[in-house]
Amino acid sequence: MALILRNAHVIDPACGLDGVLDVRIAGERIERVGERLEGGDSDDQLDLTGCCLVPGLVDMHVHLREPGYEHKEDIESGTRAAAVGGFTAVCSMPNTDPVSDSASVIEFVLSRARAAGHCRVHPCGAMTKGERGEILSEMGDMVAHGAVAFTDDGRGVQSAGMMRRVMDYGKMFGKVFMSHCQDEDLVGDGQVNEGVASTKLGLLGWPAAGEELQIARDIRLAELTGARLHIQHVSTARGVELVRAAKARGIPVTCEATVHHLFLTEDDLDGTYDTNLKVNPPLRTAADAAALVEGLVDKTIDAIVTDHAPHAAWEKAREFELAPFGMTGLESSLALVISKLVRPGTISYARMVELMSIRPREILGVDSISITAGSPADVTVFDPNLTWTLGRDGYQSKAENCGFAGTELTGRAVDVFVSGRPTLADGAIC
Amino acid sequence: MSFDHKHLIDIAEYSDTDIMTLLETAKAFSEVNRRAIKKVPTLKGKTVVNMFNEPSTRTRSSFELAEKRLSADSLNCGGSSTSTVKGESLIDTVMTLDAYQIDMIIVRDKHAGAPYIITQHSPASVIDAGDGKHGHPTQALLDLYTIWQHRGRIEGLRVGIVGDIGHSRVCGSLIPALKIMGAEVTVVGPGTLMPACPDVLGVDHVNLNLDDVLPDLDVVYMLRIQKERLEGAPFPSLREYHGLYGLTRARERLMRPDALIAHPGPINRGVEFDSHMADHPVRSVILDQVYAGICVRMAALFLLLGGAENGLDS
Repeated sequence: MALILRNAHVIDPACGLDGVLDVRIAGERIERVGERLEGGDSDDQLDLTGCCLVPGLVDMHVHLREPGYEHKEDIESGTRAAAVGGFTAVCSMPNTDPVSDSASVIEFVLSRARAAGHCRVHPCGAMTKGERGEILSEMGDMVAHGAVAFTDDGRGVQSAGMMRRVMDYGKMFGKVFMSHCQDEDLVGDGQVNEGVASTKLGLLGWPAAGEELQIARDIRLAELTGARLHIQHVSTARGVELVRAAKARGIPVTCEATVHHLFLTEDDLDGTYDTNLKVNPPLRTAADAAALVEGLVDKTIDAIVTDHAPHAAWEKAREFELAPFGMTGLESSLALVISKLVRPGTISYARMVELMSIRPREILGVDSISITAGSPADVTVFDPNLTWTLGRDGYQSKAENCGFAGTELTGRAVDVFVSGRPTLADGAIC
Repeated sequence: MSFDHKHLIDIAEYSDTDIMTLLETAKAFSEVNRRAIKKVPTLKGKTVVNMFNEPSTRTRSSFELAEKRLSADSLNCGGSSTSTVKGESLIDTVMTLDAYQIDMIIVRDKHAGAPYIITQHSPASVIDAGDGKHGHPTQALLDLYTIWQHRGRIEGLRVGIVGDIGHSRVCGSLIPALKIMGAEVTVVGPGTLMPACPDVLGVDHVNLNLDDVLPDLDVVYMLRIQKERLEGAPFPSLREYHGLYGLTRARERLMRPDALIAHPGPINRGVEFDSHMADHPVRSVILDQVYAGICVRMAALFLLLGGAENGLDS
């Protein structure tokens, strides 16, 4: 028995599709794509008139919090949030407890993800043991057990020598090194962007240079070692410029931007001390956000991510300096990108698919997904005209620390398939 | 008299008229403070909580005196007695206090934004008695009051603030307050003690050299150097700081004949000043600032708790 998805606006720039088509899914794979496909008597059919169908979305920067911080989120709730947000895969960060710096933790994450079944989980391993920046982690063993990339996300590797060792040793495994760029000596206990926000709010500043110095350092190290480098959550105009210049010189570097750094600025903190807006790196200036958008358009920025960082409500209900960094995003990012970038005409749906599906998979080196016969049937269907209010009906995530709560959005995932199996059907978790 | 504020947290929300109302009211309470019986029944029946979550001597004692002299009932909590020591959050502490049907919370906290958080979880009026490096509005008001009493005006005066501008909650309120009242503000200090964007606070001029600016100033406002901050090495030694930014007898020659010397206290003799300048019989208004603290805090309590409805003389 097969399933025919009918009359969807299929958008897949990887294979040049941008029109109303039918897609036939048989088993775990796409069997055929074409106009008005004929179906068998036993085929299920789903009319998707008015909806867009794209290769399954991937969020390459997500904190699932399990093991260790299940009170914030666990793999089941995090992947459920991913499914309702339209994702067929997420890349989990290793700053768990214990840190994902060994094959056993990688295996644990994968086994929990398989049990939950809401989306694929691609686990990242830590570059260094315990993310302490001192000793190389067993990268080879982790790759053998399913790690797709390496990062010490949550903190930067402080020693340039150690970062070089990570790249020099780890490059034999062919994986990308994802760098959280934060010079701890310069950033210290910085809470908000150093500038207007830190001056007005009386909070310690997190200077843009504290990010840019490590971006420049790691680019130079990628050039030195030949390792593939991916800059995580770039947040400053000069950071984008550094990546742009490196790409022009042919250095193997990519980068990502989060939805909150694209659509929020330090001005949104004014007078509120809203801990939901406390993120790392901090919300920057309007000029920085504009530079990020420019980077999306000219392809300097390769991926849009959420850096989904769930926290319990009581953890965020603190004085700003005591609250943890991070906001959630899995359930809102697709709609935010549609509402704030695609509908205003800044980028096309095709570019959105590149940023949220095609390029992340290329960077991670995981199975490519496209709307063609033979591809795994990982598919996201969204209604581009559906309007809704974020948070009004609650969240699938355990956490509610979303800085966009209450925002009126347009566009929402309605159906999601992973290996041909529905994980979201008509907006409801399967 | 029109005054419709509920909280005193962000001085920038106050107009010049609001601030003058506070200063005029403080002047009226100054008369009360000089009586033989220094007490009026104005806030009888009102309950004020002094939540001082970090050490404070002069601010706390002047608030307590102000409450007593207005006949308010007061409750002291915070410090080692606070339940936050036992792990309770600020919000839970506030909700517990609120269950006592209190009218006002006066909060001192090492975390910026704590007073704002309290307003989100309590119907009580809130006065910021100093929050982290953010603000200290009653300090700003008592500084304005002192200057006004000595010079008869604030508008047009040139005020220089010297020292640790970037980490000073006093500056967070004083600079905007001076600007609201029409003064010109210059900040002076080493680059390591400057905020990232002084113009955001309203600063007109930034100068790294005290001798350059001293001849122009009507008020020289010295900030306390927190010796405990030296570990972070914002400058190499107290000796060098005193040489560059200390108000010394030698530097007095550069000052205008009528220039005032102010300081929020507590002072470090031999650092911000030498003793001659700290105790200067004509220029120094430091103890006047301390006295103004009671008058201004009585005025703030009175106005925020609706005392105006009862009339000052009641």
